[in-house]
Amino acid sequence: MSRIGVAFDKARADGRAVLVGCMPAGFPTVEGSIAAMTAMVEAGVDVIEVEIPYSDPVMDGPVIQRASDIALAGGVRTADALRIVEAVAATGASVVTMTYWNPIEQYGVDAFARDMAAAGGTGLITPDLIPDEAAEWLAASDAHGVDRTFLVSPSSTDARLRMTVEHCRGFVYATAIMGVTGARAQTSEAAPILVSRLREVSDLPVGVGLGVGTGAQAATVAGYADAVIVGSALVRCVLDAPDQAAGLTALRRLSAELAEGVRNPVR
Amino acid sequence: MSAAPAAGQLPDAAGHFGRFGGRFVPEALVAALDELDAAYRKAMGDDEFLAEFDALLRDYAGTPSELYEARRLSAQVGARILLKREDLNHTGAHKIRNVLGQALLTRRMGKRRVIAETGAGQHGVATATAAALFDLECVVYMGEVDTERQALNVARMRMLGATVVPVTAGSRTLKDAMNEAMRDWVANVDDTHYLIGTAAGPHPFPEMVRDFVRGIGVESRQQCLDLTGALPDAVAACVGGGSNALGIFHAFVPDAGVRLYGFEAGGEGVTTGRHAASITGGSSGVLHGTRTYVLQDADGQTIESHSISAGLDYPGVGPEHAWLHDAGRATYLPVDDAEAMAAFELLCRTEGIIPAIESAHALAGARRIAPELAAELGREPVIVVNLSGRGDKDVHTAGAYFGILDKE
Repeated sequence: MSRIGVAFDKARADGRAVLVGCMPAGFPTVEGSIAAMTAMVEAGVDVIEVEIPYSDPVMDGPVIQRASDIALAGGVRTADALRIVEAVAATGASVVTMTYWNPIEQYGVDAFARDMAAAGGTGLITPDLIPDEAAEWLAASDAHGVDRTFLVSPSSTDARLRMTVEHCRGFVYATAIMGVTGARAQTSEAAPILVSRLREVSDLPVGVGLGVGTGAQAATVAGYADAVIVGSALVRCVLDAPDQAAGLTALRRLSAELAEGVRNPVR
Repeated sequence: MSAAPAAGQLPDAAGHFGRFGGRFVPEALVAALDELDAAYRKAMGDDEFLAEFDALLRDYAGTPSELYEARRLSAQVGARILLKREDLNHTGAHKIRNVLGQALLTRRMGKRRVIAETGAGQHGVATATAAALFDLECVVYMGEVDTERQALNVARMRMLGATVVPVTAGSRTLKDAMNEAMRDWVANVDDTHYLIGTAAGPHPFPEMVRDFVRGIGVESRQQCLDLTGALPDAVAACVGGGSNALGIFHAFVPDAGVRLYGFEAGGEGVTTGRHAASITGGSSGVLHGTRTYVLQDADGQTIESHSISAGLDYPGVGPEHAWLHDAGRATYLPVDDAEAMAAFELLCRTEGIIPAIESAHALAGARRIAPELAAELGREPVIVVNLSGRGDKDVHTAGAYFGILDKE
């Protein structure tokens, strides 16, 4: 049974896709990130993806890199990220964590699954952990009943798509493009093809991310995916703002636009 | 001399050296790594590929490099020091061997573009060289700090037609250049090969790079037998990512009587925290696609490394070294900046050879272990030192260190 299933069930009942919004923990500060995530929830984001900052984020583009650097320079630690998960989960939103493998390995794989579950997190997205290397995570996530989201890519073979979704619980993360995180002007042509390939091998919910940053793009992706995942465009609201109030205003405006987008899917 | 690997050795089929190695990468790269793995395995069993690789190594790169008995240095050190002259290879370091192997594979895979990361610039220069020879587009990522301290190599790469991209993220050194190259690869994997410059990164890179450079050890072993009638007592090499060390170690691994020493960059001293000695001063973790020893804090954040040598200034190490360390087959010790620079000066003055500062770490290490070995063996030990690169690129750094530059 998946923990994040509730969010998908609710959206499905409304006939729409889930909106997932990503924000690095501790950016710009621990309290600031809780305020940002809360504002996103209030403006219509269904699931908050708490990215635990890592010093060498090879799947992230310049915006999230910069936000992660700011968070790390501010001294944020994995334990702080779990505190943020707890605070955001208390608002009633679903919370999923995302980070690179080394911070999890150093925290302790089983301890992370245990503490993340206790904080109210639903699961973990692992951008640089493929199921082939995940034996310890499979065991720990089973033991503590948390979800596992691995990534699939337009370059994945059919055999790997099948193998990867078999190891996921909750949803699978389909990367819309070949590249790293960051808003892009064009929506992906590869993403709908990847999603239909996934539909052929599994009925697991599919979230699509990378390069989605506007309400119109969210509407397009909501036309074929179960979840629309937005990161850099939201982070940029805070990064570019002159002060916290302006950042939260921009964040609410974009969150509302994206929430509107997933409610008006282009099919 | 064939570069084909010996049978029945590590890693396993998924690239694990015991608990180290493997593949910790975005799924987007798995297809490309599988394609590379297949191309590499096919090539290693293909006489035509091996003949072409051997011919390039001989006619273009100038190998086998000499094993030179450094008599004046030996007298100072108290050991019979045999220098493996990789510094005399085309482009000035062992790096050309790996680059030629991977460039041949790039052509076989039908890719038109290569990208590389570089620290000291030696791998970048070697990659730019091979790209010119094979008519490939070439982009080299280099930390901004390194573009400043290795300006000569930046100019060389540009002359060879490569685009050099200074990386301003993070610590602006080798690890950040590697992050940026990975990001480029994820986005352009269809037509691009990431030509990793050391025996690290995700499988099959550690194994493949080792196999392309293991000729260093194959040659040294035979040359030492020819020269002295016996195997050496010890082999010494510097270790950053560790390709030159693995290259010279690998053929000696089955020779139980030959001690293997890897000298890591101790920077200002391991106890100061400002060093690049991942095995001595780090712990097991995952960095750049592989599990190995990493300099990291309690949360798994990479700690910036420090070394006077740009080529050793890396907070990780190839996974096979991590395994050789745990297995007790090789000994890894730190050599700090001052000790390395003293050895640098000694080689200049006794032999008329200006080494790369990287290689000076191996010389310093050999100098340190010589009396211990002599005491243990009761005779003058024979030590093969991998002189992995030449020091032209370091003249400015060394000149400033020794205070011998005229005021500008």
